[in-house]
Amino acid sequence: MNDKITVENLTHTYGTRCALDNISFTVSCGEIFCLLGPNGSGKTTLFKILSTLMKPTSGNVDILGFDLNTKSKAIRKLLGVVFQHPGLDIKLTVTENLRHHGHLYGLKGKTLKHRISELLERFGIIDRTHDIVEELSGGLRRRVEIAKAMLHSPSVLLLDEPSSGLDVGARRQLSDNLNSLATTENILILLTTHHLDEADLSTRVGMLDSGRLVTVGTPDELKDIITGNVVLIETTNGDTLSQAIAEKFEVSHTLIGNHIHIECKQGHEFVKEVAAAFPNDIRSIRVGKASLEDVFTKLTGNPFV
Amino acid sequence: MVNVLLPVSTIWWREIIRFYRQRSRLLSAFAQPLVFWILIGSGLGASFQPSGTSEETTYIEYFYPGIVVLVLLFTAIFATISVVNERREGFLQGVLIAPVARWSIVLGQALGGTTLALLQGVLLLFLAPLIGIRFGLSSLCLTIGVMVILAFGLTNLGLIIAWRMDSTQGFHAIMNLILIPIWLLSGAFFPSIGAPSWLGWVMKLNPLTYGVTAFRNSLYLDTATINGNMPTLGFSILIISLFCILTCLGATYTASTKTV
Repeated sequence: MNDKITVENLTHTYGTRCALDNISFTVSCGEIFCLLGPNGSGKTTLFKILSTLMKPTSGNVDILGFDLNTKSKAIRKLLGVVFQHPGLDIKLTVTENLRHHGHLYGLKGKTLKHRISELLERFGIIDRTHDIVEELSGGLRRRVEIAKAMLHSPSVLLLDEPSSGLDVGARRQLSDNLNSLATTENILILLTTHHLDEADLSTRVGMLDSGRLVTVGTPDELKDIITGNVVLIETTNGDTLSQAIAEKFEVSHTLIGNHIHIECKQGHEFVKEVAAAFPNDIRSIRVGKASLEDVFTKLTGNPFV
Repeated sequence: MVNVLLPVSTIWWREIIRFYRQRSRLLSAFAQPLVFWILIGSGLGASFQPSGTSEETTYIEYFYPGIVVLVLLFTAIFATISVVNERREGFLQGVLIAPVARWSIVLGQALGGTTLALLQGVLLLFLAPLIGIRFGLSSLCLTIGVMVILAFGLTNLGLIIAWRMDSTQGFHAIMNLILIPIWLLSGAFFPSIGAPSWLGWVMKLNPLTYGVTAFRNSLYLDTATINGNMPTLGFSILIISLFCILTCLGATYTASTKTV
């Protein structure tokens, strides 16, 4: 057993549609690896393959030394999985849900009872032990789901869009919980998201677009792809204005609809000059530090939606 | 052994708890057939004497075994229909990725549905004396035994359908197109004597005919008022046991071949 997930040349097709196109990456224990991509980028397909729900069309996946194609039963014992759709039975209490899960993983009796209390304590839901799940808020339910996934002490925690449907406070809480798990338990956390702020908090990010893994790196490394600032100009005639700006200022740009993304070193100076040069063509103009969204747009030429 | 029993029992237990917390399900699976029985049984009783039955057998009495089987069928349907949604949602996906054999998941679900069906069927047995059916201990034990086999077979049939369907609407369509006609043509509603020969053949080939017959025969074991061209109790039990084994294998196979 090693402490890595290694994905090599992974491809998956649904009929003629290619959902994952020759993807390769490696994640180690203690890392929070985030697969970031817009809807339809292939995140959920990759997630289903990693969680052993689906066999890939081709390629190799090795999870902690076990080949996914031949050793899925051994892998299942090592995985804790939180699905995008609610994974709790809402008619059962918190404890009943956890006990049910524990039994499926061979835990029982005092060991199970102790483990349930330990996790509910850790995630701050010990006072809701006997509540029926349908009475809990979205944020609390997500905490119960993570407690459930962690019950059998997995080495790998997979989460599909864990922050969907959560408010800002609950999202922050979730992020804190994951960070504490990665550091104190040294487990490997792999999550998918289309929330850029969530990706910003992870150790490394892999960007997916239309089934391709565009890039992998720490959030800072990725943002370094863009030097200086990003200026975003909204206009009514994107084609002509972008050409005019490119000719006058000699800057590279990406045009998406009527939004012109421009990368430049001195963004604030550039904004003044461009606003003075084309006063009637600009509807709005914004300058800021590069975000992961800007990196995605630069690398794919597509908007992050 | 513990490794096998623990997942089966926990899945079974969940079905029971869910039912306990959704008691409105009693209305659809138990009360509805009961209302059918009282209304149709009383209504038709005035003008319809089932062929091949004695003068003393009222229609409401003739209809009784069929209604018990309908309760078993409805409970099996309502216990398994939830699988359709749960398969797409996170809960069952979470169960499917646990390190347990697929057959143990299906067995747990089937035993859960069987228990619920049996509880409701037995509840209905208490009404039998009200319409003049008398049975002794051996008859009661045999009747319950037949109900167990039938309930398990019907729940597995429900699971075969549920694991294949992508929507509950699809399940309802199958229920109206196949399951209800199977029940109607099982001798529950009318006897095969006097029916057109093609219908007689359909009824002969219908496994539920043997279910209703086995139930009817075991119920009247002590009073022996069985008549007409009905199959024997032994043969009926043999057929429903085969039905039970085949549906159980079918449900396990269906669940094993489905990814999500």
